[in-house]
Amino acid sequence: MSGVLAILEQRDGKLHKMALETLAAAQQFGSELNAPVFAAVAGSNIKSTAETLAGYKLEKIHAVEHELLKDYTPDGYSIAFRQLIEQHTPKHVIFPHTYQVRDYAPKLATALGRTLVSDVVSHRIDGGDLVLVRQLFQGKMNADVRFAGDPPYFASIQAGAFRADNLQAGSAPVEVLTPELTPAQIRTKPLELFRESQRAVDLGAAEIIVSVGRGIREAENIPIVQKLADALHGELAASRPICDNGWLPMERQVGSSGQTVAPKLYLAVGISGAIQHLVGMKGSKTIVAINKDPEAPIFEIADYGIVGDLFQIVPALIEALNK
Amino acid sequence: MKIVAAIKQVPSRDSLLKVNASGTWIEDADLSWEINEPDAYALEEALQLKEKTGGEVVVLCAGPERASQTIREALAKGADRAIHIETGEQTPSDPLVLARLLASALETEKPDLILTGLQSDDLGYGQTGVVVAELLGLPHGTIVMNVEPESNGIKVKRELEDGWFQNVWMPLPALLTVQSGATKLRYATLMGIKRAKTKEVKKISAAEASGASTIHLERIYLPEKSKRTQILDGAPQQAAAKLVEKLRFEARVI
Repeated sequence: MSGVLAILEQRDGKLHKMALETLAAAQQFGSELNAPVFAAVAGSNIKSTAETLAGYKLEKIHAVEHELLKDYTPDGYSIAFRQLIEQHTPKHVIFPHTYQVRDYAPKLATALGRTLVSDVVSHRIDGGDLVLVRQLFQGKMNADVRFAGDPPYFASIQAGAFRADNLQAGSAPVEVLTPELTPAQIRTKPLELFRESQRAVDLGAAEIIVSVGRGIREAENIPIVQKLADALHGELAASRPICDNGWLPMERQVGSSGQTVAPKLYLAVGISGAIQHLVGMKGSKTIVAINKDPEAPIFEIADYGIVGDLFQIVPALIEALNK
Repeated sequence: MKIVAAIKQVPSRDSLLKVNASGTWIEDADLSWEINEPDAYALEEALQLKEKTGGEVVVLCAGPERASQTIREALAKGADRAIHIETGEQTPSDPLVLARLLASALETEKPDLILTGLQSDDLGYGQTGVVVAELLGLPHGTIVMNVEPESNGIKVKRELEDGWFQNVWMPLPALLTVQSGATKLRYATLMGIKRAKTKEVKKISAAEASGASTIHLERIYLPEKSKRTQILDGAPQQAAAKLVEKLRFEARVI
């Protein structure tokens, strides 16, 4: 077994936004482990999508091609990729930690008797082995995880953990693999795809975002933070629990299930900084955190922080801004 | 419908965590514990489905002795009975090993539907449910917001990225991992709490079924800061004034 295989995601022939950073991670693992790097993408009529990767330094690109892979299903994908892995025996298999990967990659790893190390934030090589770093307790702790037993070794990487601009150029051939797959093997039936609300707010275009989390305690307190957003001429946003409670509309949610933003200024009020939130905003130029817990993970990525009671600090801040 | 809600006990959300002396896990002697939040939503979905279709809700939990408390709370909310897989002080940290424990208990239960949270707030692998489904040879759906029973299976609403959703149909038996926040959680009533005391909790010893681990959690530690945070201290007015000053003249973003 050798090589690093990056399994990428696509929809309607378009690669997922994490595709290139996943390739970058695979290239980095490959160069540090002195192993060749492969990429794979699955679907129906997928060859042209695979060919868009031909300009990168890769050993080969596998286009896993089957009519039954047109729509994503966990059965179809895990059966198809299992055949690819069994034929080409990579030592490491790397995925982007997307919602789709969360749906099928653990199934694929289990079918091969392995555990997927999910949501990896960084890595190092120790004694020739890959040591993966991932977060525990909603980002309050980190853990070093090592693979045990025989390969293949499976890992998914967190959005933003590897940089796509480090990708090495080269030239790679595309090879089509048609897996053996029958309709009876696919037990779930994907139905309609839909969005629930038209997005009236484009947080992605905002230069200043003031975002509110659980620390606000009650819907009645939201106007305090709205006033701060107004004082800064910014948009109001929120972490998931606020939108789940209906205190702010879903379209104002930042994080893995909401919008990804990178404004000039991101001010997080009463947000502890769970991973799911951080992936949606950690690219912001300047990050400010106001939180009562000095150990809150949000402070790990903040440029400026105030530890204390937001109900005192936010009004003081509005006053200071209006001076 | 016979529904199993698989739940986990985790440290309370606002716990201050410390690494233990050997650096292998947290210091857990003085912590308070609660149901893993996404699992609370899985239990709620199970109870609501039972109200619609009739049947039974069985709580399944792997954990040390202290997990009994969380199991009782689930029974007080309305689950009919429970299975407690008793582990050592620390629940297995490899999701495959934990899933094997859960799967072996489920093999004898043979439920129509298994519901669990989409991830745990402690280890956060986000995959135990999917692994259990694969071990049992069941179809699954993840990040589920809603479940509708149909005559020959279920239709579930799955959350995708960037505000998209998808409906998926699947036959039963099946396993679903449930997203937090899709519905309102109920509180236990006094009557529920009283009844819970007499409900059956079957205890199974975990020793036999675990199997070899394919990953090794080597050490845990406080994360290093990726940025150097300037903490602005003082009274609220002072801290606020300092922040405005920094944002205007140092970061120059306002």
